[in-house]
Amino acid sequence: MPTSSPSKSTPKRSASSPPFASEYRDWLRMMVLIRRFEEKAGEAYSLGQIGGFCHLYIGQEALGVGSISALAPDDYVVSAYREHGLALARGMAPRAVMAELFGKATGCSKGKGGSMHLFDTSINFMGGHGIVGGQIPLGAGFAFAAKYRGTSQVSLTFFGDAAANIGSFHETLNMAGLWKLPCVFVIENNGYGMGTAIARAAAISDLWQRAASYGMPGVEVDGQDVVAVRLVTEEAVARAREGDGPTLIEARTFRYVGHSMSDAASGTYRSKEELEASRQRDPIVLFEEKLRGLGLIADGDIKAIEDEVAAVVADAVQFADASPDPDPSELTTDVYAPEGGR
Amino acid sequence: MATMTYRDALNAALREEMQRDEDVFLMGEEVAEYDGAYKVSRGLLAEFGPKRVVDTPISELGFTGIGVGAAMVGLRPIVEVMTFNFALLALDQIVNGAAKIRYMSGGQIGCPIVIRGPGGAALQLAAQHSQAFESWYAHIPGLTVVMPATPADAKGLLKSSIRSDDPVIFIEGEMLYNVKGEVPDEEYLIPIGKADVKREGGDATIICHSKTVTPALRAAETLAADGIQAEVIDLRTIRPLDTEAILASVAKTHRVVVAEEGWGFAGVGAEVVDVIQREAFDELDAPVIRVHQADVPMPYNKHLERAAKADAPKIVAAVRRVCYRD
Repeated sequence: MPTSSPSKSTPKRSASSPPFASEYRDWLRMMVLIRRFEEKAGEAYSLGQIGGFCHLYIGQEALGVGSISALAPDDYVVSAYREHGLALARGMAPRAVMAELFGKATGCSKGKGGSMHLFDTSINFMGGHGIVGGQIPLGAGFAFAAKYRGTSQVSLTFFGDAAANIGSFHETLNMAGLWKLPCVFVIENNGYGMGTAIARAAAISDLWQRAASYGMPGVEVDGQDVVAVRLVTEEAVARAREGDGPTLIEARTFRYVGHSMSDAASGTYRSKEELEASRQRDPIVLFEEKLRGLGLIADGDIKAIEDEVAAVVADAVQFADASPDPDPSELTTDVYAPEGGR
Repeated sequence: MATMTYRDALNAALREEMQRDEDVFLMGEEVAEYDGAYKVSRGLLAEFGPKRVVDTPISELGFTGIGVGAAMVGLRPIVEVMTFNFALLALDQIVNGAAKIRYMSGGQIGCPIVIRGPGGAALQLAAQHSQAFESWYAHIPGLTVVMPATPADAKGLLKSSIRSDDPVIFIEGEMLYNVKGEVPDEEYLIPIGKADVKREGGDATIICHSKTVTPALRAAETLAADGIQAEVIDLRTIRPLDTEAILASVAKTHRVVVAEEGWGFAGVGAEVVDVIQREAFDELDAPVIRVHQADVPMPYNKHLERAAKADAPKIVAAVRRVCYRD
């Protein structure tokens, strides 16, 4: 993986013996689950069942599913606030995620975090952070701890293209490269920081090139191609695990929806035509077509996945709706540790 | 009891806690090969090696965030900021990160980190290097703010801070590093959240912390010569505030001066005064008076700087006023 040229998204294994074939159905199911979950979350938001800010992952499913599939169970994942899909891909229960969005006591963060603050330490899903770029040094911190303890854990840190312009990105990548920390940085480049197109925000729009400044490989990948994402992430994770340091992955993707539920999908900052064009490369449709071409699924399989996922999502909504609000006493707990210390 | 400097007391606390717990490590600018910008970490690299004494680039936001991340997964980082003026660059990680992780994760993730270094003014360092920010941190639920004034308190409180399961802002003072005092030979801890009566007196209470403790004690001596016995309460911890100690002294003297190094507006003293008026209104024989820095950026000129700072003569004047002696 050269430092200064992009490794394009061509799978290195031949199509006649497709890699990960045994995982394909799981990936497709997870991508469909995220899509349907987010659609339902959007509905619930419109009904006032979810409050505050709510950033949906629709359009970016291949990116989260492909990259997280490359991890071991004890690796770390951390993200910004568009993280529902990443939490699900990491294995968080749909009920716990939806209940958190509803602000209920049964949510993964007991209703205290909400959409932007999903946490589950049982799967090392470390949030859910609301300040652009704030999670980037945290991800390096998990990697620092892994190296300090001599474990083989790797830290996978997600952030958007706009976060690549904030100071924490540059400071962290410099130290991660300097100290060869076992981390993988994934830029989810959906083309827009809220309403600002990347070309209006970054002097060099090929963000993967920034890796060269920090002594790590930079890789560009088609974020709509789940297999391609898996391949580059797997390579980066292996590199980190072997002690060869971090990698910066720039995955090109697209969000079909507005920045948050408060924003329109298109408008003054991007056109309907651009949005429609992006939908021609829908990650789920692309993957379904690929699997059909390989003869790995049939229409009946897709219907079975859709039916099963619909039931899971409906159950999550029902569970969240029926769950109790946090007890009023929860207001003042979890501010400080219940006991003094070590 | 050995006599040692505040600097060496901090150094001893770091050494003892690093010996005690493999998860404790120190990171920051110049902490390792340079032996510390203020030599607080002297000798630690030689004893513990580069894995546990980590030099960083000048990237306060980044390395504080790496520390917060490491703490979230159970290590016990001590992040040294060269001064708290520079920690402004790390505020996002401290305020949006460390202080809130436990709450917004529903109690799943703690953040046992210590962020320490000198705060406040030294001598003629001018506006950007002379700021006391304890009230900023004390404003934030989730943070603990510790500010020892003596070598013995510095050692015992730093050890307690390192063992705390919550993020601790530990503010030292450049002008305190050379201060000498007696430090117990045996191992000891000083509990977080406990003020200390540094001098007993029955006529007025001076509530102070960190660098204002020494001028408060000097003021008390001056006042004693004039027949006023001032009690000096060193808060030691700003958050949580030891309201019990404050109220006990108010009940004893009925007259209070609150001194602090920083600016008055929304300062630590304002919180102390609020506690007193709310909980001990009927005990007061005079309005509480505050002594603090002039409401200006710190000037460079030494005469102007002296005029700006809270000092012993200003504390003396304030105590005389609450005693209606002027």
